[in-house]
Amino acid sequence: MRAHSVVRVVLPVLLLALAVVAWDAAVRAFAIPPYILPGPGLVMGSLVDDSGLLFGSLLVTLTLALEGFALAAIGGVFWAIVFNQWRLVEYSFYPYAVVLQVTPVVAIAPLLLIYLPQHLAVLACAWIVAFFPVLANTTLGLRSVDHNLVALFELYKASRWQVLTRLKLPAALPQMLTGLRIAGGLSLIGAVVAEIAAGSAGAGSGLAYRIAESGYRLNIPRMFAALLLLSLAGVAIFGLLSAVSHLVLRRWHESEVGQES
Amino acid sequence: MVAAIPIVSLRDVGKVFDSGTVALDSLDLDVREGEFVSLLGPSGCGKSTALRIIAGLSAPTSGAIEWPADRASNAATGNIGFVFQEPTLMPWASVAANVELPLSLAHAQPMEARRAVESVLDHVGLADFAASYPRELSGGMKMRVSIARALVTEPRLLLMDEPFAALDEITRFKLNNEILSLWQALRQTVIFVTHSVFESVFLSQRIVVMTPRPGRVFAEVPIDAPYPRDERFRTSAEYAGYCRKVGDVLAAAMEARP
Repeated sequence: MRAHSVVRVVLPVLLLALAVVAWDAAVRAFAIPPYILPGPGLVMGSLVDDSGLLFGSLLVTLTLALEGFALAAIGGVFWAIVFNQWRLVEYSFYPYAVVLQVTPVVAIAPLLLIYLPQHLAVLACAWIVAFFPVLANTTLGLRSVDHNLVALFELYKASRWQVLTRLKLPAALPQMLTGLRIAGGLSLIGAVVAEIAAGSAGAGSGLAYRIAESGYRLNIPRMFAALLLLSLAGVAIFGLLSAVSHLVLRRWHESEVGQES
Repeated sequence: MVAAIPIVSLRDVGKVFDSGTVALDSLDLDVREGEFVSLLGPSGCGKSTALRIIAGLSAPTSGAIEWPADRASNAATGNIGFVFQEPTLMPWASVAANVELPLSLAHAQPMEARRAVESVLDHVGLADFAASYPRELSGGMKMRVSIARALVTEPRLLLMDEPFAALDEITRFKLNNEILSLWQALRQTVIFVTHSVFESVFLSQRIVVMTPRPGRVFAEVPIDAPYPRDERFRTSAEYAGYCRKVGDVLAAAMEARP
């Protein structure tokens, strides 16, 4: 078991190291100019030289993504509960939640940028893409409650509030957390898409704007550095939400319990 | 030892599901205070439906349920414990929290509730597992938690819906013995649904044999063997004789055409 988990860390790290070495070797061997493909050293250099600029931009993008995620988490769980309690509200609104989800956010972003100040437009995009996974998963979770437990609560004359807080919400936790994990990554994507769409307007200072700007200036190493930061931010969000999920579920949910064999 | 007044009476109870299936047809049943009664029949004879109707979880299509012993007070349906076929525990809550559920839903005093939980866990032999989670327990232990939860309100009527059907035979015999000693210690009325002839003979004072489709009472067989019943009873000629007799009645019930 122990050796297995070590292998699971060592293998991807080894692969990364190999890829970086191969990348570096290829750039040197074929003398590829930096404006086409910068070597890993140059990218790291850019990351250090422009760190003030890049990390400032990362903070802007990350803040917007997290705000969008928080709003999506609260809104998604809230509306899932409302849908669960009042079927007619669900019938009325659910189709529009689906419309919101299936319409590509890239296509909505330019419109939002016309009607909203840029900051709010980016926030709205992050929210739109993150909202639906939370809503859909929580709705499913609230519905998949053991029928006999529902009967038991009925037998002991539990109020509707008790059924919701003591039975349905805890039962929905695993699905809710899955929804949140998906939403975390998506909110970053939503924020980046909106920033890219706004990019040429030039008012922004987020990471995606830095990528677009560096592209116009053919500053390819900085593009790579910004991209690297974005990926790392996404991985960090996913890791954080996975850790939260693990902490909440580890005592009782099958998905978190290792099989002894 | 058996009081004259029934604790619950089913009068001409019928149940037709929305699908048109007739689950119960003019079922008459009296269960007296302190009695251990089994409803025995093949699957589809409506015995579980009858139990759910008594619990108030399902409404009869026709007929009436009366609570003669409770006529003075109106505590009738509130005082029921129910054990399902599966343990039906909340996986996110500890054993103690699961058992405490009926009390906390009724906003009982936390101190009193804790004392009641400790006492009932002690009764079912799980005092050391109060802090465990359901997934850490074996099937038999989970069922004991479920029984403890049903008993924690000190119900006058305990309804058990094939509670041991999914367990292996060794665990099942053990729990049969335990449920009898609990019944003798606590003296509540038990209605026990099963499709096992052997289990019903071992446990009950009276077996109500039901016919399938539609469910109705075919015959009642009293089991007059004295309590306490233990492993000696399980291997006695008397037990074997009762089993054969009840088996014959059940076979006749399966043949019977409405």
